[in-house]
Amino acid sequence: MADPMRIRAQAAGDKATVRVLMSHEMESGQRKDAAGKTVPAWFIQEVTASHNGKPVLSAEWGPAVSKNPFLQFAVKGAKAGDKIAVTWKDNKGDTRTDEATVS
Amino acid sequence: MKKVTTLSMAVLLALTVVPAMAQKTASQGIDEYRAMLQDGNPAELFEAKGEDLWKKARGPKNASLEKCDLGKGPGVVKGVFVELPRYFADTQRMQDLEDRLVTCMEKLQGFNAAEIAKTPFGRGEMANVTALATWIAAESKGQKFNLSQAHPQEKTFYEVGKRLFFQRGGPHDFSCASCHGEEGKRIRLQDLPILTKNPGDGVGFAAWPAYRVSNGQMWSMQLRLNDCYRQQRFPYPGFASDATIALSTYLGVNAKGAASVAPAIKR
Repeated sequence: MADPMRIRAQAAGDKATVRVLMSHEMESGQRKDAAGKTVPAWFIQEVTASHNGKPVLSAEWGPAVSKNPFLQFAVKGAKAGDKIAVTWKDNKGDTRTDEATVS
Repeated sequence: MKKVTTLSMAVLLALTVVPAMAQKTASQGIDEYRAMLQDGNPAELFEAKGEDLWKKARGPKNASLEKCDLGKGPGVVKGVFVELPRYFADTQRMQDLEDRLVTCMEKLQGFNAAEIAKTPFGRGEMANVTALATWIAAESKGQKFNLSQAHPQEKTFYEVGKRLFFQRGGPHDFSCASCHGEEGKRIRLQDLPILTKNPGDGVGFAAWPAYRVSNGQMWSMQLRLNDCYRQQRFPYPGFASDATIALSTYLGVNAKGAASVAPAIKR
């Protein structure tokens, strides 16, 4: 089971800024271990976000994104009390969804 | 009508450093890069893990750490970080945060302290000690360092730490003071704080544990000191050895009054 994400969503004016920290190894598949064997690629491929259940973001990620990635985006029309859910799915099929309330 | 949603995405941690402009010095460029990293410090992930580990019943005795005495009484977490290392009457020795956590893990949870001390950083229970230290440090964020010098052992460790700080040795004839004893020193682009006096808020001792962006690792103070010795080509000091705790005492007492920013984020 993957570790939880940290999601902060703050409303300001007519939009909310969402900051997400994901806990993931993001192994590029380019590295070799001490024995010289390639470390298999393991990274987040798909990221989606929804605002009160309605999709507002979908992204395709690759192995170039750093370990423990940070993502920031703004959602127009989101107010305090709204729910923001973020989901990632990695190339091994593992997935994690976390939700935060806009403050 | 379809609502238009604007998205501005920034995968900050994957960004490359913006090349320094003609008017800007390289170190200003680096400072900007660091400022960009401040928001979204992955140390938060380790904080969350540490808090969870503190509250969870684990180990052979299936107990949590909530009765652990870090110096301000059983279970008190807030404010302990800025007063460590200190003398503990029950173990009759000077202990820093990590050493004390291992003591609690042995006494309350039944883990083998010697086994943990032998585990390399970032592995097994040692990774858990680092996560716990990260969370406990974060609980004292913004507080000012105020190490006790009341007990004779605390004074002795300060003096020993001071001597170790200036002790030269190894193939490069280095001491801690070679890099951290003068103004304006740096390693590549990292400005080195002067640690013989109070280096100011959130610098030096007041900045660790910290998350290292370049290798994606969470570094505790023990690992920081361990790596300083590696850079000096000294043999590695043992985990929570008297030498590392004496050095921590020296740095901590010198930092008196400096506000802690730990867990920080580093290059």
